[in-house]
Amino acid sequence: MNPNYASQPQFPGQQYINDPMANMAVQYGSSLAGQGRDLLDKNLEKYVSTSKIKYYFAVDTAYVGKKLALLTFPFTHSDWSIRYNEDEPIAPRYEHNAPDLYIPVMAFVTYLLTAGLVLGTQDRFTPEQLGIQASSALVWIVIEVLAMTLAVYIMNMNTELKYLDTLAYCGYKYVGMIMSLIAGLLLKSNGYYGVLAWYGLCIVFFLIRTLRVKILPHHQPQDDFSHGSKRSFYLILVISIIQPVMMWWLTRHIMFGK
Amino acid sequence: MAITLYSMIEAVILCLNAVCVLHEQRFLAKVGWGIDQRGFGEEPGVKTQILNLIRSIRTVVRFPLIPINLVVILFKLLLG
Repeated sequence: MNPNYASQPQFPGQQYINDPMANMAVQYGSSLAGQGRDLLDKNLEKYVSTSKIKYYFAVDTAYVGKKLALLTFPFTHSDWSIRYNEDEPIAPRYEHNAPDLYIPVMAFVTYLLTAGLVLGTQDRFTPEQLGIQASSALVWIVIEVLAMTLAVYIMNMNTELKYLDTLAYCGYKYVGMIMSLIAGLLLKSNGYYGVLAWYGLCIVFFLIRTLRVKILPHHQPQDDFSHGSKRSFYLILVISIIQPVMMWWLTRHIMFGK
Repeated sequence: MAITLYSMIEAVILCLNAVCVLHEQRFLAKVGWGIDQRGFGEEPGVKTQILNLIRSIRTVVRFPLIPINLVVILFKLLLG
């Protein structure tokens, strides 16, 4: 046996661990990485406010179940108010009337997959179709959110509606669209139109009730007929009525082709 | 029904161009949409808000729009 073998370092990295310079270098490196992450966090915070988005995804199973039930049958729900403390957004887990983004995002993805399924049953499916549908649905939702934000700005309304809320409310319609596509798969066009009509009605009711709390937050009884409040009522009405139209528009070409 | 993200971006750029083209003295003032001196404490109406929007879009977007337009035109020329 080679006697020198034992005195050799066991593995090449060991000498670095005992080296104080290396220690410092490691520390410096990790602090640099930490700084970089802080910087990234700060910059990200500036543009998309991650801390606010976090609240929109704070959901649990009970909330999701309740919200889906509410979207399917909103007519017996009586309390639509949101109890929260001033500026801080509230987690939907604790306040069932608060908007979330979990359901819209999941519903959006599911809608694309369902669209793929429906196209597959009609022998029209190609992998590019998924991308095309995603792009087109994304465009429509961006247009919707932009239009709503612009309307609120131009009418100079004093609302508590943030654009993420708008995104959430626009996204709830995908639930109905998925359901009507599935119904169309099972029961052909009669089922599709029936379910679409039902969900359209539900989302109109749901949005009118929900947005009334959001857009007319502090309406005083004596101020009820001023033009500002009338204007925002019309806005709520237009937003709600557009949703079923969009639902029809976004599922029609998938159901029936060109 | 193939409205894609890229076509939406093009549409937005066209709209921004349209807003930037509006000239303050030559056009807006003649239509009666010039800068009007309003008193304080007045609730800004729909018209004022639109004018504010037009003015701020023009201020912010004008210079970034030049290279963006160039790039889009180049794409159009190359890819049809």
